[in-house]
Amino acid sequence: MVDQPLAVAARSLFYRKKRHRDLRQRFIEVLLFLAALSSVLTTIAIMVLLVTESLPLFEKVSIIEFITGRDWAPLFDPPRYGILPLICGTFVTSMVALFVAIPMGTIAAMYLSEFAAPKLREVAKPVLEILAGIPTVVYGYFALLFVTPVLQMLYSPFGEKLSEWLPDIFPYELEGFNMLGPGIVMGIMITPTISSISEDAMRAVPVELREGSYATGATRFQTAWKVVFPAAISGIIASYILGISRAVGETMIVAVAAGLQPTLTLNPLRPAATITTYIVQVSLGDTPHGTIGYQTIFAAGLTLVLLTLFFNVIGYFLSRRFRETY
Amino acid sequence: MVEEASQLNQLDSTMFQPKAEVKNLSFFYGDAKVLKNVDLVIPEHRVTALIGPSGCGKTTLLRCFNRLHDLYPGNRYEGEIMLDSAVNILDAQVDPIEVRMRIGMVFQRPNPFPKSIYENVSYGLRVQGEKSRSVIDAKVEQALKNAALWDEVKDRLKDSAYELSGGQQQRLCIARALATDPELILFDEPTSALDPIATASIEELMSSLKQQVTILIVTHSMQQAARLSDYTAFMYLGELVEFNQTLTLFNHPANQQTEDYVKGRFG
Amino acid sequence: MQGSLAGVRGNIQRRQLWSAIFAIVGLLVLFIAIIVLLALILQLAIQGVPRLSWAFFTSFPSSKAEEAGILSALVGTALVMLVTAFTAIPIGIASGIYLEEYARKNWIAALIEINVTNLAGVPSIVYGLLAMGLFKSALQLGESVLTAGLTLALLILPVVIVTTREALRAIPSGLREAAYALGASKWQMVWDHILPYASGSILTGIIIGLSRAIGETAPLITIGALTFISFLPPSPFKSDFPFLSFDWVRSPFTVMPIQMFNWVSRPEPEFQLNAAAAGVILVALTLLMNGLAIYLRYRFRKGVKW
Repeated sequence: MVDQPLAVAARSLFYRKKRHRDLRQRFIEVLLFLAALSSVLTTIAIMVLLVTESLPLFEKVSIIEFITGRDWAPLFDPPRYGILPLICGTFVTSMVALFVAIPMGTIAAMYLSEFAAPKLREVAKPVLEILAGIPTVVYGYFALLFVTPVLQMLYSPFGEKLSEWLPDIFPYELEGFNMLGPGIVMGIMITPTISSISEDAMRAVPVELREGSYATGATRFQTAWKVVFPAAISGIIASYILGISRAVGETMIVAVAAGLQPTLTLNPLRPAATITTYIVQVSLGDTPHGTIGYQTIFAAGLTLVLLTLFFNVIGYFLSRRFRETY
Repeated sequence: MVEEASQLNQLDSTMFQPKAEVKNLSFFYGDAKVLKNVDLVIPEHRVTALIGPSGCGKTTLLRCFNRLHDLYPGNRYEGEIMLDSAVNILDAQVDPIEVRMRIGMVFQRPNPFPKSIYENVSYGLRVQGEKSRSVIDAKVEQALKNAALWDEVKDRLKDSAYELSGGQQQRLCIARALATDPELILFDEPTSALDPIATASIEELMSSLKQQVTILIVTHSMQQAARLSDYTAFMYLGELVEFNQTLTLFNHPANQQTEDYVKGRFG
Repeated sequence: MQGSLAGVRGNIQRRQLWSAIFAIVGLLVLFIAIIVLLALILQLAIQGVPRLSWAFFTSFPSSKAEEAGILSALVGTALVMLVTAFTAIPIGIASGIYLEEYARKNWIAALIEINVTNLAGVPSIVYGLLAMGLFKSALQLGESVLTAGLTLALLILPVVIVTTREALRAIPSGLREAAYALGASKWQMVWDHILPYASGSILTGIIIGLSRAIGETAPLITIGALTFISFLPPSPFKSDFPFLSFDWVRSPFTVMPIQMFNWVSRPEPEFQLNAAAAGVILVALTLLMNGLAIYLRYRFRKGVKW
């Protein structure tokens, strides 16, 4: 077949347009891809920085000593580099927070999902979301100047008796800095996170399962507790893990209200520093690049990231283990 | 209305004891009246089928029997469903949980709980407060036998119910309903999600069950109603159009709408 | 098996009791959460509102509590947010578009996706370390507005990406096909149709992200924002050509939450009143932004019917 000259011209125009358009499309796609890549670069930058900047410290201190040492005083003479006290502080404040947040968050979620009238749910959900949106430094203020004074007031009638009985555990008076107050406030702050995600998981349980339970004569509570809760357990575990991550990484509440002194203790009535507050404390001073202080906060940051990573991996496997396909 | 009443009278009432009687029942979703003054008798130890085009209210009527509508706000009943001529189960004074303990239900799609086979069947007993392990074991075995599932699962009662096939899951749901010894079991299109072979086994099972319990079944399939049921009710647009022995209703329908429907002219 | 009627009734009553107890406990927990919120806001307001005056807004920090104000913190917050918004919004939306509309199902897309989820869970203080090592030391940006703004932008990037993706996913594919059927290229389809339809939900995500950035303290402490700033950064406007100046991005700064942290960690009660006053403004800002986001989301959900 021989093309008509006009048709050839028209076709080549067609192709040129297509080539032009393809180039433009390609360019846009590359730009968008680069934007998406920025988040990967952020992660890489975080990991590389945490490792390289704390590496010089591990030339001075063995990793074993770092992990098992019971004393953290890197800026003193002689310096001691045991991170255990900081991990302990993080552990205690997080445990207090979870003791508040897990029961409250789960009960609130189950109530909102299975019991509450739709109207109440529509109001309560946004209010809880707002609770989660308040800046943490404000929560810190609340812990230091409201919750701790209230706790001191509640504690004082028992302080004398308790401190005579077990002087190692119970102080005569609750100090202005302690881990209990900020732990409780942290728990309140995390509650909406847990309740919101758990509620979504429970609402995703198909209505057929609920009806199947009711049809055998189960009550609302039996249906919620024995059918809906187990069916939603993988999402609920995910919410707990997120809560733990937030508690472990929380900085300002503990920095304001838990004290900054590294102390190896499991007693929430005492003040102690956490991994995060140590970073804050060192950053408040002057920390030029390459100093011991600079290296230690990166080592602390590395520990923190590994801890949260650890919980996330556990959470991933736990919620996969329990995942049910309805 | 007069015509319907006379049809009811024509039924030979010596042939059965009424297990349940629906009297002038209306049901409202909010303001919408979706069941309109339904009268119906459910004969004891018989299979009664509810048929009609989709949206005619047959499932809505079925779900009145165990007060499932109570779970959602804005629903309202008018009229009565008398159980054993003794108690109106729609009465606000009557506890829906008590009703559901006496009237079991099997749903459109198999809906086993994400638990083991054993836990699924024992669930009803457990929520109703049965503590004795030996009683529960015996009831679970009996229910699974009655549901013709025992031989297939007796060696793996601890396995997840989700490992069963669709037909097995539905028989498991029947066993779950049977375990608490209900007097009446409601079936809501129980085979619509199943393949023909599984359907046949469920139908066989239902026929054998009527020795022990009364069965009320909603079905979209007229063939299934004809195969399975002793009595059939035809519903249309929220009204009960005709109720009779199945053979009579299919072969000599008294009402023109019924005839059009069973002859396949609409629906 | 059901025994006597009285037995059945008793059994039901016992079981119903648990439902009733749980309903009460659940309501109680909800109310505790809400009462705590109210107590927090009230306590702040009682302490802080009397301190709010015109002078409080127009004064620099001072060693005398009564004379101290939040002028530099307020301006600092505004400028940092400007940098954050200008960085996080375009990159976040572009990433969301790539992941939702362009990415093929390959390992790179999967990697980016896992990565975004994980980034959302990284503690905020770690971003502070990133800022310290990367922006401040390696890139020599100093303890500046630019460093702070970029740090917070990275922090809220996952929020913007995730909400953009959810917004795009909610658009029915029929609209995409309709655009293609009229001869639109992929980018035309995205730019002319999908983005405008999704803009409401994306806006909600941006507001929530920015409100989080406004309240963040920890990552800015590590770059040394906790200094005594009693001056304003250079003005972004000039009298001569090109009328705009970017000197302010390199200027030292302080922001609202840092100022509040500074005051709250002082032992003198007068400064804690200042902290409360700053807290009132912070809470008001975040409540306003969150409220706006929730309202917008509610409106868009109501208004759009596909």
